Amino acid sequence: MASGPLPAPAPEVHADTAAFWEATGRHELLVQHCGGCGLTIWYPRFVCPACHGTDLAYRNSTGTGTIYSLTLTTRGILEYKDCGPYVLALVELDEGPKVLTNIVEADPAGLEIGQRVEVVFHDTGEGTALPRFRPLPA
Amino acid sequence: MSIRGKAFIAGAYEHPGRELPDRSIAQIHAEVALGAVADAGLSLSDVDGYFSGGDAPGLGGLGMADYLGLNVRYMDSSDMGGSVYLSHIGHAAAAIAAGKCSVALITLGGRPRTTSLRAPGQLMGSPPEASFEPVMGMNVSAVYALAAARHMHQFGTTSEQLAEIKVAASVHAQHNESALLRKVVTVEDVVSSPMVSSPLHRLDCCVVTDGGGALVLVNAEIARSLDRQCVAVLGHGEAIEHTRGGHQDITVTGAVVSGRDAFAEAGVSPDDIDYVGLYDSFTITVLLALEDLGFCAKGEGGKFVLDGALQAPFGRLPFNTDGGSLCNNHPANRGGMTKVIEAVRQLRGEAHPAVQVPDCKLALAHGTGGWLSTRMGNATVVLGRES
Repeated sequence: MASGPLPAPAPEVHADTAAFWEATGRHELLVQHCGGCGLTIWYPRFVCPACHGTDLAYRNSTGTGTIYSLTLTTRGILEYKDCGPYVLALVELDEGPKVLTNIVEADPAGLEIGQRVEVVFHDTGEGTALPRFRPLPA
Repeated sequence: MSIRGKAFIAGAYEHPGRELPDRSIAQIHAEVALGAVADAGLSLSDVDGYFSGGDAPGLGGLGMADYLGLNVRYMDSSDMGGSVYLSHIGHAAAAIAAGKCSVALITLGGRPRTTSLRAPGQLMGSPPEASFEPVMGMNVSAVYALAAARHMHQFGTTSEQLAEIKVAASVHAQHNESALLRKVVTVEDVVSSPMVSSPLHRLDCCVVTDGGGALVLVNAEIARSLDRQCVAVLGHGEAIEHTRGGHQDITVTGAVVSGRDAFAEAGVSPDDIDYVGLYDSFTITVLLALEDLGFCAKGEGGKFVLDGALQAPFGRLPFNTDGGSLCNNHPANRGGMTKVIEAVRQLRGEAHPAVQVPDCKLALAHGTGGWLSTRMGNATVVLGRES
């Protein structure tokens, strides 16, 4: 288990991601949807990485998904240097895209690929919040 | 051969903005890229070569290729200041003339008026992924571990199978008096070493060392005039693999494309290769490369490495006979250079006698740079003993 609370460093907010990060401050998870080809995109950006159209709109995510892969890492850097072991994971949202995130509120030894998870938000103290995930009851 | 008349500028676009506080640098690159391909009557889907300078945010071209969703088989992120875009025209024309790509994109973007980042080296700002990955605690061993965990889940690969790769490297390293780690290890040693990022143990990870390496390439005429035995470059391929907007398969690398192109240019197949140098940042990096280069089927890497398959001189496919980055060295945290150097030794017959592959005629060297599970640059070369 982590030896302390997981850090929640504030992200650098750019013009092409401002709406996304503002929503996290309200504890809402948005995902971009391409009006051209229908791709649901992670991370948010200006251009669709599949069809290269720019007709992109945000939609509210259900905030639920499945663990696609995970690791218990002991080698945190930067803000994570002294936080102890923590779980880094790719969560496949029910809308499709995979999100690099953390699994929290769970014993790492009990986690497995395929497990259902839901989003929780950790406030950064700067008006934004990091979307992390915790197991859904089986 | 010359570039004369082989390549043509089909599209050109200048950004209309002079002060752009409401755009990220990545977005500016995207806007000019879209403008230029539109001017040509093409789309970004047609682009198979990408050229970026020091103003492009990210590791070389990886960040922008991911942001733009480019599927490129040729890239060049060389930088020499404001003149580099002219240099890139020459490089792109040479690549087109050689058939390495057919639609090359060169981009420039930045906003020093807005950010007052005017000093050299501060120009490019953070890459677009920086707001979404480091804040979650992304680190190098962890993203490689994600690929390993997924591979185990999908294909039943085991830690013991990954350990066989480290064992082979250590068997080779015992003969290299410069190697950082010369002790021969067992599968048990590897799987009982401390967990770094599960399922990767400490001995699944490469060493951290200082050092370096260099290569000299010459034309055929000079090669013939030299007393030194030269090694022929027979084929090359490269590719960027990235997150595909969140739809990536992290068990697959760009080696699928870079290997295909390198083998095709060389006119050989995996069965013809006598020796491989595979960038071994982690054991999983080697396993994925073996599969994606076509030395075994997808998912079969774990079985392929058993029974000393990678051990010189008599394994089915001897690899990294200097001990590789798992045991020998990893200068500047970049392992591609030394893989080529040991391949040259093998083809010259100058590897250590205990690990020299008999009659080594054809070698492949392959690098996986950047990060598994997110965005990586892959490059493959096929090298031959000069007859």
